[in-house]
Amino acid sequence: MIQINHAVKTFAEGKEAVHALRDVSLTVEKGDIYGIVGFSGAGKSTLLRLVNGLEKPDSGNVVVAGQDLSKLSQKELLLLRRKIGMVFQQFNLLEGKTVKHNVSIPLLLAGTPKKEVEARVKEVLRFVELEEKENAYVSQLSGGQKQRVGIARALATSPDILLCDEATSALDPQTTESILLLLKKVNREMGVTILLITHQMQVIQMICNRVAVMEYGKVVEEGSVLSVFGTPKEEVTKRFVRTVINDQIPEKFISLVRNEQRNQQVELLKFIGDAVKEPLIANLCRMDGLEVNILGATIQEMQGSVMSVFILQLIGSGERIALAEEKIDSAGALRERMVLEA
Amino acid sequence: MDWQAQFKETFGIKWPKLLESLGQTVYMLGWALLIGAVIGLLLALLLVLCRKGGLKQNRVVYAIVNVYVNIVRSMPFIITLVFVFPLTRLIVGKTYGSTAMLVPLVIYISPYMARLIENSLLEVSPGVIEAAQAMGATTRQIITRFLLPEALPSIVLAMTTGTVGLLGATAMAGYVGGGGVGDLALTYGYQRYNFPLLILTIVILVVFVQLLQLLGNRVSGKLRKHR
Ligand SMILES: Nc1ncnc2c1ncn2[C@@H]1O[C@H](COP(=O)(O)OP(=O)(O)OP(=O)(O)O)[C@@H](O)[C@H]1O
Ligand SMILES: [Mg+2]
Repeated sequence: MIQINHAVKTFAEGKEAVHALRDVSLTVEKGDIYGIVGFSGAGKSTLLRLVNGLEKPDSGNVVVAGQDLSKLSQKELLLLRRKIGMVFQQFNLLEGKTVKHNVSIPLLLAGTPKKEVEARVKEVLRFVELEEKENAYVSQLSGGQKQRVGIARALATSPDILLCDEATSALDPQTTESILLLLKKVNREMGVTILLITHQMQVIQMICNRVAVMEYGKVVEEGSVLSVFGTPKEEVTKRFVRTVINDQIPEKFISLVRNEQRNQQVELLKFIGDAVKEPLIANLCRMDGLEVNILGATIQEMQGSVMSVFILQLIGSGERIALAEEKIDSAGALRERMVLEA
Repeated sequence: MDWQAQFKETFGIKWPKLLESLGQTVYMLGWALLIGAVIGLLLALLLVLCRKGGLKQNRVVYAIVNVYVNIVRSMPFIITLVFVFPLTRLIVGKTYGSTAMLVPLVIYISPYMARLIENSLLEVSPGVIEAAQAMGATTRQIITRFLLPEALPSIVLAMTTGTVGLLGATAMAGYVGGGGVGDLALTYGYQRYNFPLLILTIVILVVFVQLLQLLGNRVSGKLRKHR
């Protein structure tokens, strides 16, 4: 649906060159909710703006719905943009106008007959559950309601693709959740492919099926949400994953581990989906000559699947511990030895 | 003595003369404002569209308009007035009378309006323009459906400020041959040591400015109501 090939974009900031994108490639399939995560200045917005041609790559190309953007005339590009909705962090609505007016604008721009506009506006407002606010002025709405109007506006022309630039970053956690659920509904019920960018890993966790991690104008890691969350490779990715999945030993237990005189090993275990069929931890506990302490445990839901993380302290002879590790590995859990710095 | 005679006695001019002067001022102000605002708006749009990062970035056009606006704005009106006499003669056929004065007035006020309107247009949130672009709006649609409606309340205030400036210029234009309240004050009031008339014209001008400002604020406030 969206294909970005070796995109490079450099801005001239005074005398300095800002390398916003350095050779970025990305493929978003139809039906995806694709998340791009990265810290401020990583180049996320620039990448997103390539997709509707608001930004043109210095080199590389962008293919959307089978059309190479660089080969489109200005007019064709405008037509394509009507099939791509965009949602913004600051909503970017006409604050002094009514909800209805805002949502009808893209339809009027496209030359839709008045009657159809009315009907379509009602329809999308019902979809975002804002029917009764039709005649309210945007300035009278809450942040969450404004974003619903923003989404309704983006959906008015029945686009195939929705681009979301930090759509929930200006909202409180509860409102964020409701907006994310709405985006999920847009994806499921309208079949809209969504490309969203965020700096909150929770957003990715909650609705995305694929994720790309950006740093300094590059995609450093990419994959299904489960695999990226389960086995993050790059340091940035680990930092992001850590914001939702706590894999640190709780402060209180650290001294416990340090003061342990017997031979021991601390292990980080991850169970992704239903990869582990047996009651692994119970089995470990039953092993002779091995003491198992659970130092930490979290369970996260994502993509309709679950990922559990356990931090175990194994106490016993080296041989016993090695045997336990073997058991863990053969059970299908991901395992990582944790080293405590003195 | 009836009030008309009383009026002549007090101010040294006949009542209809005052009405005629008022009419001339309103005539000059109205037409210069209308034409000047339209030209000012066009210049402002050129400035905003062609500036760096604008929708139709164009260095040359921007530089030309920018320099033109700066030059005209740095000239005192009385200089502009004399300077454009040849042009005035070309267009109107003479260099005196209210209509002839419209030429220098428009030339004087349009760059001033352009700057004021440019500022109003630049206040429009770049995010709104970005949203418009993302919707596939053409440049013309962006101007008519987003830029102008969003800037309108601010443009109204800017025009009010411009109109007050224009009123000052019409007084000067009047003195040079355009007639109007300014001419009344200078020719009949100042030169003939007619102090009451001078006061009267000042009162009229002050009331005029007050009314303009009141109107401008009202209209702008109405337009801004739901923000
Ligand atoms: N039009 C522009 N002109 C100059 N520099 C730009 C422009 N747009 C983006 N940049 C620069 O490119 C870099 C990447 O910007 P971008 O907005 O894509 O980052 P981002 O990942 O979206 O960051 P944030 O999370 O803060 O929104 C930044 O250093 C930014 O300053
Ligand atoms: Mg950004």
